[in-house]
Amino acid sequence: MSELNRLKISEARDALKSGETTSVDLTEACLSEIEAADALGAFVHKTPEIALEQAKAADARIAAGEGASMTGIPLGIKDLFCTKGVPSQAASGILEGFKPEYESSVTTNLFDAGSVMLGKLNMDEFAMGSSNETSVYGNAVNPWRRGNEDTALTPGGSSGGSASAVAADLCLAATGTDTGGSIRQPAAFVGITGLKPTYGRCSRWGIVAFASSLDQAGPMTKDVRDAAIMLGAMAGHDPKDSTSADLPVPDFEAMLTGDIRGKVIGIPKEYRMDGMPDEIEALWAQGTEMLRDAGAEIRDISLPHTKYALPAYYVIAPAEASSNLARYDGVRFGHRAKLSQGDGITEMYEKTRAEGFGHEVQRRIMIGTYVLSAGFYDAYYNRARKVRTLIKQDFETVFNDGIDAILTPATPSAAFGLGEMSDADPVQMYLNDIFTVTVNLAGLPGIAVPTGLDNQGLPLGLQLIGRPWEEGDLLNTAYALEQAAGFVAKPARWW
Amino acid sequence: MSIDIETARRVAKLARIKVEDDALPALAHEFNDILGFIEQLGEVDVDDVEPMTSVTPMRLKRREDVITDGDQQDKVLSNAPDAREGFFAVPKVVE
Repeated sequence: MSELNRLKISEARDALKSGETTSVDLTEACLSEIEAADALGAFVHKTPEIALEQAKAADARIAAGEGASMTGIPLGIKDLFCTKGVPSQAASGILEGFKPEYESSVTTNLFDAGSVMLGKLNMDEFAMGSSNETSVYGNAVNPWRRGNEDTALTPGGSSGGSASAVAADLCLAATGTDTGGSIRQPAAFVGITGLKPTYGRCSRWGIVAFASSLDQAGPMTKDVRDAAIMLGAMAGHDPKDSTSADLPVPDFEAMLTGDIRGKVIGIPKEYRMDGMPDEIEALWAQGTEMLRDAGAEIRDISLPHTKYALPAYYVIAPAEASSNLARYDGVRFGHRAKLSQGDGITEMYEKTRAEGFGHEVQRRIMIGTYVLSAGFYDAYYNRARKVRTLIKQDFETVFNDGIDAILTPATPSAAFGLGEMSDADPVQMYLNDIFTVTVNLAGLPGIAVPTGLDNQGLPLGLQLIGRPWEEGDLLNTAYALEQAAGFVAKPARWW
Repeated sequence: MSIDIETARRVAKLARIKVEDDALPALAHEFNDILGFIEQLGEVDVDDVEPMTSVTPMRLKRREDVITDGDQQDKVLSNAPDAREGFFAVPKVVE
């Protein structure tokens, strides 16, 4: 078989089962693509020895008739996941040289299922960013380009390396994490599928924490079926994460019938933003028609507190980050600043954190420190948590009224150029998450599905939001949308 | 609410991040941009609304109060910038 790296998980699984190919062949195909793709900046720590060892073990397991769906599938792993003995530094200078002595629960689940790790993927530092421009490793680059231009575009963020690697067929799929849109926005920017599961579906244990009440891991894949397969292997109860849900993990793939007749799809009027590009508006209307044609009932709904989601997020997420990132003190792991004569422990903390954290991370830690500080805690932090309650109630109301899923744009624009936002104030960059952040605040599952190209040939995606714990139903609606949209475009290779 | 340079200095100190004096005005400016954006929350009527503590209603699990882990001193110390004799080493804390 040629171009094994271009296979989807489902295709590779079938080819492995029939003996048409081996995990070693799949893995070698991906490794040689990765070697030729440094210009994408996607893989930042390559692990070919581990990959080939895992692939051989997977082949033995398949030969013994003990293969599972993810056995032998070569994956990229976001740098936010702690992987035993392999650098895991959340794209931050402060975790320079850190090699965990343990394995995150999600990667443990994937490796127990027989998956292969090709290496670690680029991302925004501590998952704080929407363009992968805050990484200590440098930018990840989108494999797509505008028309015939050679302007380097962002793959989105924070899971930018994951998005770039999957879109460029450097791996069959990748892990991502999503705190405000970090799986769905990059997936939409590169024309792949990205699923943020319900909060608590995947264990957070061993994933470097950003905002613990919002963080959730999920799959970034070449299609909806692959997202269903991979989520099944990532998810599950974990006693080591107290917020991990003790619920059975259904066979998500078996729920992909494509039949959505009678399902009720909500179209929220508050997501129709002023200044939204016509192309996004048109894409949304087309997606709505596709679901209607597939037999769903379309209903206009209202989520009245949508406007306040981003400001609430930019209180809650930095507040939690300032607390979580207090652990980077130069004592237990990572970077410690060189000290001057007479420096004490406070100087060690201050110099270490100033040297180790990038600008955006420092800014968010300090915003979080401010909103939690005496005198402002009620005005900012508690008020934001109350608004969060109202945002969740908005969704509960429409779900109680019979809405099965909500269709929205995934992003307010197509991928923008790297550096194009560098002169904008930070809030302009934050607006990237305008359609995705509500889902994190309400703990819901959300999926970005590629549905079209803009007039410059760049991919655009739509987002579906589902009821809590009903990823199977959500994936099925996404599957119907995917079938109708028929998105098959791939970036032209320049790297 | 406007953040002045002194407030920016105080926040940096609380966060234990060294910010040079000449960087404080720009930092204060950025804080004001972000806080200006956050101010919108003041428009929302939040009377009688409970602040969210858990996004999914769940009872935290309990377990037996027994040791489940430990005796891994070497692993705990393996990533330390400075470890000596089984301890993390830091600059002098007490005069």
